Amino acid sequence: MPPSTLLLTKELPTLQYVSTPECFDITWEAPLSTLLGLGRAAGADFIEIFLERSNYISCLAEEAAITSISPRLATGAGVRVFHGKGDCYVSTNNLSFNGLKSALEKALSILGLNIPSPNAYVPEIYLEMIRDYAAAKDKQKWLPECSSMQEMGDILLAANDQLEKKASHIQSRRSMYSRDWQEVMIAASDGTFARDIRLTQTVGSNLLCADGENRTSNGLRDGDTSDPDFLRNWGYEKTAEELAETAGKMLYADYVESGEYPIIMANHFGGVIFHEACGHLLETTQIERKTTPFIDKKGEKIAHENLTAWDEGRSEDAFGSLDMDDEGMPTQRTLLIENGILKNFLADRAGSMRTGHPRTGSGRRQNYSFAAASRMRNTYIASGSYSVDTLFASVDKGIYCKKMGGGSVGPTGEFNFGVDEAYLIEKGKVTKPLKGAILIGEAKEIMNKISMCSDDLSLAPGFCGSVSGSIYVTVGQPHIKVDSIVVGGR
Amino acid sequence: MIQVRELANYTGDIARSLGIKKYDIYGSSIDSTNVQVDRGEPKQVKASNRSSVIVRVWNENDTVGVTSTTDVDPNGIKLALKTACEASFFGVKENIPDFSPEATNPLPEVQYNKTSQIPVSELIDKLLNAEKELLETHPAIESVPYNSLSQQDIDRFYLNSEGALREEGRTYAMVYLYTKTEEAEKKPRSGGSFRMSQGMEALAIADCVKEASEKTISHLNYQKVPSGKYRVVFSAEAFLSLLGAFSNMVNAQNILDKQSLCTPESLGEAIASPLLSLCDDALHKDNVAAETFDGEGTPTRRIPLITEGILTGFLHSAGTAKQMNATPTGHANLGAKITVSPHFYHVFQGQSPEQEYKLEEAENTILIDELNALHAGVNSLQGSFSLPFDGWLMNKGDRVSIDAGTVAGDIREVLKSIIYVEKEPELTPSGVCPRIWVDGLSITGEN
Repeated sequence: MPPSTLLLTKELPTLQYVSTPECFDITWEAPLSTLLGLGRAAGADFIEIFLERSNYISCLAEEAAITSISPRLATGAGVRVFHGKGDCYVSTNNLSFNGLKSALEKALSILGLNIPSPNAYVPEIYLEMIRDYAAAKDKQKWLPECSSMQEMGDILLAANDQLEKKASHIQSRRSMYSRDWQEVMIAASDGTFARDIRLTQTVGSNLLCADGENRTSNGLRDGDTSDPDFLRNWGYEKTAEELAETAGKMLYADYVESGEYPIIMANHFGGVIFHEACGHLLETTQIERKTTPFIDKKGEKIAHENLTAWDEGRSEDAFGSLDMDDEGMPTQRTLLIENGILKNFLADRAGSMRTGHPRTGSGRRQNYSFAAASRMRNTYIASGSYSVDTLFASVDKGIYCKKMGGGSVGPTGEFNFGVDEAYLIEKGKVTKPLKGAILIGEAKEIMNKISMCSDDLSLAPGFCGSVSGSIYVTVGQPHIKVDSIVVGGR
Repeated sequence: MIQVRELANYTGDIARSLGIKKYDIYGSSIDSTNVQVDRGEPKQVKASNRSSVIVRVWNENDTVGVTSTTDVDPNGIKLALKTACEASFFGVKENIPDFSPEATNPLPEVQYNKTSQIPVSELIDKLLNAEKELLETHPAIESVPYNSLSQQDIDRFYLNSEGALREEGRTYAMVYLYTKTEEAEKKPRSGGSFRMSQGMEALAIADCVKEASEKTISHLNYQKVPSGKYRVVFSAEAFLSLLGAFSNMVNAQNILDKQSLCTPESLGEAIASPLLSLCDDALHKDNVAAETFDGEGTPTRRIPLITEGILTGFLHSAGTAKQMNATPTGHANLGAKITVSPHFYHVFQGQSPEQEYKLEEAENTILIDELNALHAGVNSLQGSFSLPFDGWLMNKGDRVSIDAGTVAGDIREVLKSIIYVEKEPELTPSGVCPRIWVDGLSITGEN
């Protein structure tokens, strides 16, 4: 029970909080409020406590057998304390009151702050009435309604069976599924008090085909947040068909000849170019480090006038959607670039404090072991007015990047992307398949070379690794034309 | 930190109460502190004290299930054992994993002195000094946007229901500095350096500052190189990162899964120039992260992988060794599907070279210091790579930084096109390796 009168520091050891161990409910309010008050009494400017419980499982089918079912259970907390310009983040597996208090004390002491004397009062922190997104949307039922281990295995084996039926020259076939269920609670000394449940699932297949020295490997992945029936409804036959078709084309592909080309990038996962080449550079994390060329460009033209781009956390079921971010702020729809003009940056709490840009519900983290940082959610280039045919017709000789691999951007704005499936464009027509292409460029330059956007926006799930760990995101775009880019190859 | 013997006792009691007769556990605890600074001010301090274990259970049908958990108290272990037991009924029916036959063999003796962590205030002061010194080395170095100084205590253990129990503790200190330059009408340039040691006292922070500075300054004047075929010299770090990206060639699990460029029959084949030899050696004297047992409790050891160009060995778990009629090598990671990974590569000269080369005499030769974006530019199943790099064009002792170059090739061709393995090894966190000279690699620069 919470104390009935103002609490003295010396009374802390006598407190006996009983919080529900199985879920983060209102019984956690009193101990969290006391800890936040204790942090304020020690002189901290701001304290945030992040609680997490997760139940993850992955399943792998190889050939005609399930070769791995891997459950993972985790609980943990992160305590973040701000003092002056510095902040300290301490994570722990111990969610008892004393465990959290130890983490808080460690964070305070690192910042040179101490628990006040025994007779000092611990100020009360009045938390807002809990914003419980889990209860509001009845998310408690999600986990029990997800596929059982048996069902996971059956569906993945059926998917592998389809791969065998539809592809030739198979060296190996794999299908994999993962379900990440996460319950979080956030309490902060500004009164923030919120709870949510997230359910993120991904499923896909990989196909490796070989014929003598010719080899090709391809994969397709789908993802979802919030649908317990996601795996049951997975269209693995279509996935197998697409992979088999791609493998048939790419198995005997020639290596791309390196050089500078105009390119057409397909919609869907093609959006990874914007994610890497621009999105990361619009995070306040990059402004803090001064590693973005766009640091002082708000309101200025940074991209071609035909380009508009968004980052948002609201699209129904999209892989990067969240009701609230990992700092308890409701997510929003953030206009990044409008007709080439930079409109907004993506800011978490610390980023906002240090750069002055308003918070956008973009504070995200992989789990309790990371402090939140400004990260993307669903990020995409908006549809344009051109037809796809018009884009191709504008290219005399270039590369069609139908399926992108991963990519990254360095601290000086230089980026690169692998291309998993590419074709030569000759006189506006797609001709022979090409392999081994990697796109290389510089963010500032490339944004002005995206000259045409078609009208077929499509989103794709992805994983993004950065300072606060690996998180689920969506990338997306319509077909776009880049007037010129360096293509590395042979 | 986990009290391993206590955990072993209550796990045994819980397993008996659940009717579980056969199980094993691998786990670790980490106590770490990391500081970052920003232009003379502390920026962020991170500390963590976390534990996790992975529990493996055999059911009455002798199939296996696993569960990992961060809750290592009796309640957490009980839930993990129950969940693993549930998963075990979906475990593989063929080549079922078993305890390593070496899980109770004596461990190699390694001299290791754990060190104490220093106060956070001292960590911050050390990093602030390093940042200051680095910024003062050249006016063009405008910031050190990525920097960290960290210290870690890691305890790890393995135990099983047949009485195996191994544990060991390690301490590490690490520093990372990465610069960014700002000069009028020039692109921002950067240079990074990393050092690791068993404790803060031995950490070569001054060397890290010096290397980061020298690299950065050497990149200030840059040019594009014409695209074409070049003789390329890989630094130790670059060559080891390439080997690491294609480690499926020597990974027995990948080979059995047909996810490798090699097959079981590849043993004995010439896969590289006879000038090259390669071992994996967890116990190498320069490996500050030396571990004496793997995730299955198997003792680690030195494993010859390529001897004078000939493929002579694979990295094994207990399961792959059994399937391939070999001996476990101490490279397993416990999981629902056991994976295999290298510890610490040792690359050295194989056959004596007919001709020796010197960097200061090389003409139109590219020295690759660091390969970037390996996750994006490597296709490990096809053997191909196309990677951006940091490096220089070398001409008779002069070196000019290369702007936005990529190197492309096929790992099998690279290994066979080695023309020289230098004598002097360089130490990196992932291994020791001299510079490696390779002929005829494709470089994309400007057309």
